[in-house]
Amino acid sequence: MIRTLQIRRIYSKDTTNTANKAKPHQLENLLNNSAKNHNWRLYMVDFSKLKNDFPTLKRKVNGKQLVYLDSAATSQRPLQVIEAMDDYYKNFNASVHRGIYSISEEATDKYEKAREKIAKFINASPEEIIFTKNATESLNLVSYSYGDYSLQANDSVLITQMEHHSNLIPWQQLTKRKKGSLLYAMVTNDGFVNMQEFDLQLKKKPKIVSFTHASNVLGTINPIKEMVKKAHDAGAISVIDAAQSAPHMKVDVKAMDCDFLAFSGHKMLGPTGIGILYGKKHLLEKMPPFLTGGSMIREVTLQDAKWADLPAKFEAGTPAIAESIGLGAAVDYINAIGIDSIRRHEIDLTKYALERLSEFKGISIYGPKDAEKKGGVVAFYLEGVHPHDAASLLDEQGVAVRAGHHCAHPLMQRFGVPATLRASFYVYNDKSDIDKLYEALKFTESILKK
Amino acid sequence: MDIYRENVLDHYKNPRNFGNMDKPDAKFKDSNPLCGDEVEFYLKIDSGLIKDVKYHGQGCAISQASASILSEKLIGMKISDVMKLEKEDVTAWLGSELTPSRLKCALLPVMVAKAAINEFEKK
Repeated sequence: MIRTLQIRRIYSKDTTNTANKAKPHQLENLLNNSAKNHNWRLYMVDFSKLKNDFPTLKRKVNGKQLVYLDSAATSQRPLQVIEAMDDYYKNFNASVHRGIYSISEEATDKYEKAREKIAKFINASPEEIIFTKNATESLNLVSYSYGDYSLQANDSVLITQMEHHSNLIPWQQLTKRKKGSLLYAMVTNDGFVNMQEFDLQLKKKPKIVSFTHASNVLGTINPIKEMVKKAHDAGAISVIDAAQSAPHMKVDVKAMDCDFLAFSGHKMLGPTGIGILYGKKHLLEKMPPFLTGGSMIREVTLQDAKWADLPAKFEAGTPAIAESIGLGAAVDYINAIGIDSIRRHEIDLTKYALERLSEFKGISIYGPKDAEKKGGVVAFYLEGVHPHDAASLLDEQGVAVRAGHHCAHPLMQRFGVPATLRASFYVYNDKSDIDKLYEALKFTESILKK
Repeated sequence: MDIYRENVLDHYKNPRNFGNMDKPDAKFKDSNPLCGDEVEFYLKIDSGLIKDVKYHGQGCAISQASASILSEKLIGMKISDVMKLEKEDVTAWLGSELTPSRLKCALLPVMVAKAAINEFEKK
């Protein structure tokens, strides 16, 4: 029960200065080692009971129990994360890397410990972990700092047709600034990156190849190692958008060998306002800073300045301290369950959702139909039912799903639909949530079908 | 949100004045690009009065029911009164308050009708 103990340790440690007693949360009571028949699981976790750790999941919406199926947009946060942030604000609220006084040292220690946890989580070293606002800012940092520094006029960048706008617009802007070109590998009918086209585009020698690990619409998990290797062989550096993967499946930057990797805290049980950029040290070292100001300098004269070492060079201004600590607690929570168990749980849910949704006659499901090949995301269109009407009627029944273009216009255009519905899953979802979605959709269909 | 009541669903499933018009005095088409709602209005106008209305459109139930209801209200209305229509008039016709995200759907038809009249007055 090492992991359970870790969770307890964190809570008892975080509250040593206070009269607060750590509350026994569900997660701590639910882990056991008895999963002998499931050698792929480190622990058997009763996922359905994890709901109790998430306050928002207890509320009612329109008189109905909330069924939250929009974790691809943002996840819920467990009490452990909320309390870790509260602990900072209540007990050692101070700026980091400033004061000599105790509470500033304490805040700095917790802030840097969070960085260490995140580094370990993706198999990086702490100095390669830059705290940003979110994955979007991380990708902007790479496009402005590395991009402006390394691209020459007429150079190109290669992305895929399944990118979220956050991994599209920064490259579109960079290639416009450089008067270069933005190349695309398109998506096949069954929702995979067309690898022949990817290979073909690589022959044009792009300087940067950026793509998502897992699609936020189709769910498709891309063959990262293979794509990174191909990018390197073509002389490009690789950037991975891991916003939809880091919360849900093992991300190992050394195994992937990617040069940069971006993800957001709020999609992985952590707070909003905190994101991560991983970068290989030798690249981060030669890049100019993105934002400048306090904290990121070593020495300042009237006319010049020298930059601080990594990672401070890329963290100008007072950082999101509470949020970093909250994200550290989120990583603890994920580790206590085990990322492989989370992945297996989501495969089970996705498989079940694909089965149940296929019972609708007029349904189109976008992306791979094999749950093993996709993240816990199912985008669909029900004939005769406009997604926005469906989302309103589902909301009446307490079911929260995303309706719209999912910040991926080019992908929507590819499949010829202005909008789809999307259900996405995380640790706190169970099959009963999918049953409720099914029932609510049946009701919606009965109301709207002409 | 109880917008999906009988009146709205009736207009959505049985749209009034849906179709083409020969030689309209005014026409205009617009869409909500993000959700794909689309409406085109055709108007016959005589002495400042709307004599006939047809429209085409596709999209969610709220945008399309709103277009159908508007088409009925417009016939016989002074164009100066059309220009004074506000969101409160539209939500009153629909019979429900709307969340901000769905209000855009409901207001598209009246915006299109006003734009058609603006075009007409420029002539």
